Amino acid sequence: MDTAALAAMFRDLVDAQYVVAADESKRPYECDGLSVYKEMPGLVVMPSSTEEVRAIMRLCHRRKVPVVVRGAGTGLSGGALPNPNGVLLSLARLSRILQIDPEAGLARVQPGVTNLAISEACAPYGLFYAPDPSSQIACSIGGNVAENAGGVHCLKYGLTVHNVVQLTVVTVEGEIITVGCEGLASAGPDLMALVIGSEGMLGVVTEVTVRLLPVPSHCQVILASFDELEHAGDAVSAVIAEGIIPAGFEMMDSHAIRAAEDYVGAGYDTDAEALLLCELDGTEEEVRYSIEQVTEVFRGHGARSIRVSQNEAERLLFWKGRKSAFPAVGRISPDYYCMDGTIPRRSLSRVLSEISRLSHEYGLRVANVFHAGDGNLHPLILFDESKPGELQKAEAFGAEILRLCVAAGGCITGEHGVGVEKLPQMLDQFSDAELAQLNAIKDALDPDALLNPGKGVPTLKRCQEYRST
Amino acid sequence: MTAIADLQDRVRAAVAAQQLLCIVGGNSKRYLGGEQQGDPIDMSAWSGVVDYQPSELVITVRAGTTISELQQVLARENQVLASEPPEFDGKATVGGTLACNLSGPSRPWHGSIRDHVLGVRIINGKGEHLRFGGQVMKNVAGYDVSRLQAGAMGTLGILTEVTLKVVPRPEATTTVRRTIGASDALRVMNQICRKPLPVSGACWYGGDMYVRLAGPSSVIAAAAGEIEGNILPDDGFWSRLREMDLPFFADANDLWCISLRSTHDHFRQEEDWLIDWRGARRWLAASCDRDTLVEQTGEAGGELWQLRGAEKGADVFPERSEAYRKMLLRLKRALDPAGVFNPGRLYSWL
Repeated sequence: MDTAALAAMFRDLVDAQYVVAADESKRPYECDGLSVYKEMPGLVVMPSSTEEVRAIMRLCHRRKVPVVVRGAGTGLSGGALPNPNGVLLSLARLSRILQIDPEAGLARVQPGVTNLAISEACAPYGLFYAPDPSSQIACSIGGNVAENAGGVHCLKYGLTVHNVVQLTVVTVEGEIITVGCEGLASAGPDLMALVIGSEGMLGVVTEVTVRLLPVPSHCQVILASFDELEHAGDAVSAVIAEGIIPAGFEMMDSHAIRAAEDYVGAGYDTDAEALLLCELDGTEEEVRYSIEQVTEVFRGHGARSIRVSQNEAERLLFWKGRKSAFPAVGRISPDYYCMDGTIPRRSLSRVLSEISRLSHEYGLRVANVFHAGDGNLHPLILFDESKPGELQKAEAFGAEILRLCVAAGGCITGEHGVGVEKLPQMLDQFSDAELAQLNAIKDALDPDALLNPGKGVPTLKRCQEYRST
Repeated sequence: MTAIADLQDRVRAAVAAQQLLCIVGGNSKRYLGGEQQGDPIDMSAWSGVVDYQPSELVITVRAGTTISELQQVLARENQVLASEPPEFDGKATVGGTLACNLSGPSRPWHGSIRDHVLGVRIINGKGEHLRFGGQVMKNVAGYDVSRLQAGAMGTLGILTEVTLKVVPRPEATTTVRRTIGASDALRVMNQICRKPLPVSGACWYGGDMYVRLAGPSSVIAAAAGEIEGNILPDDGFWSRLREMDLPFFADANDLWCISLRSTHDHFRQEEDWLIDWRGARRWLAASCDRDTLVEQTGEAGGELWQLRGAEKGADVFPERSEAYRKMLLRLKRALDPAGVFNPGRLYSWL
């Protein structure tokens, strides 16, 4: 069926101006945050309600039209890469906060609401929504659900899957189901957890009920620098082993420290090889108690300098360097490729030195900025796309880093998702039988493979291709 | 791994012979769900710690390991399972606990076992031994088959190994008790939970409200000062609540477990209630009509489980919409194509 005829049918279902067929208007949708992958969608359709989503899905199901759901398009694995023969379903107009129940600590929101907007709306009640991916100003809660987004604070407060209690999902056939329960315990298999992190491949989420937490009364951050990356890595494990769960626990290496310091002037020790940011929150007593303990551990691991934020302005300044580390690294290299592997904390030092060895081997610099507390690495491989072959080299280097993570007992993605980017690496992590089981689940809920086809889990055919190359 | 190979053989044989299988751990949760049918597969001997890394806060155990044994192993490193699931006289196993997704009084703050599962190994309905998830805190590769097992009651495969995140044992706990009516207790519990205090339990039972705090001694001493009531010496109240070992449970011929929005009004006030999870879980010991109860709780996102007093053969878990049933049946076929695992345990139609 041609695009024009299909567009006409969609215009019967949603406000005509929100069915986009013209190339110049579709252009902004051709990629997500991983812009090395680009594709023009057949059509962009922007519904404004669950009912409209249902009608669109019914039509697409009847006509066997592929559907790629898009939130804010900040994803880093090409999960929202459009399908040229399909519909890009943008949920940006589903952007209302439907209800905040401060007493029960719940908020019911539409998927297009930005992550930060939830916490801002709840702030007057002394509450916040905990998961805080770096893109939280822009990324949508629907996208967070699709990717099971984490962030700096998930060490203590958990990922999206720990902070969502209920979802409304439109199935590929256009049926509406509710999964999860406001009362926490829902009988039967955890379908909500199955949908969370499924990268838009099992259904379209049109409503999200999230759990809100009281804003801690106190919050301070410890900034410590080290002469050796290994010492910092070991200090991270030692703090956790001590029984302390920091709210956030981040690490930066020398490339990242210098880039960030040049960019925002956060007062980082630019002679250090590694820097740790350890945030502690809770009651006044709790924070004071933990700061003493963490400081002692850092000293014991040979920290060159230890600073504790003395006020809110200083706390934010300490964080500013970390939060702007990606754009800061962007200033020292024409391009960078952000990886997302996870490893057991105890392997931090070993994996980091291995990455540094590979960096010499490939002749590409690496800046490391990552969620050290939960072993989630974000090596940034610096390269120059204008140099022939350098992107391919960066990708090959990245693939080796992920294999390293799997070999260390970790996994290929901690929070960015598989998307199109990491399909080949799925074979490093799963056996053929396991991939077949994942495909059987996809097949069960989306028999015609219309929802975000070609993403997330490699099909059997793709597996054979990858294995033979 | 011969035990695993044997289990795989049994599954394949059952499929070939169109025989039903009933997965049993410690057999401590017969009270939950539909009647057991089929040939028992006893998992209790498949126990023990596979790997424990205290500094990683991660433990991997075989599914037949009891919760009591697991907690003992963790206690030696001053760690615990944050979800404090019931141990049921030392019989409850890790596999059974995950399959039923049970948790203790700390659920609203520290989650259920579903929140702490990092990975599983399962035998699916084709007899394949598969691994999903892993040993790290964050892992978004592939669908979350580990958590899908939570609450599935064995209908989607045999759990053989479970990797869990564990937490440091709180240095101390303290309980504040206050005599108060149920309606007021609900209001007060929800108010307390709006404050950034280290709460790890909030329950109303027998005319008293109990609030538990957990953390370093100095911290909870200060926090307790912000809650009206008397400090209760530790008399095992929370573990009796967790184990369903209070007279309320023993005396009930009819028992409902209702999950709903914590702020929902106290209703059917003349009946016998126990309120846990700051109001999000309410136990009702009374004979009543299911449809009426559904009506009374539906608006608050309620879910009813009928644990005692259900008619023989009737489903004890909430009725599901046509679309939901279709989804569940398809998933069942994807993991257990011949439908051999735990038929009728969760729903008569599954």
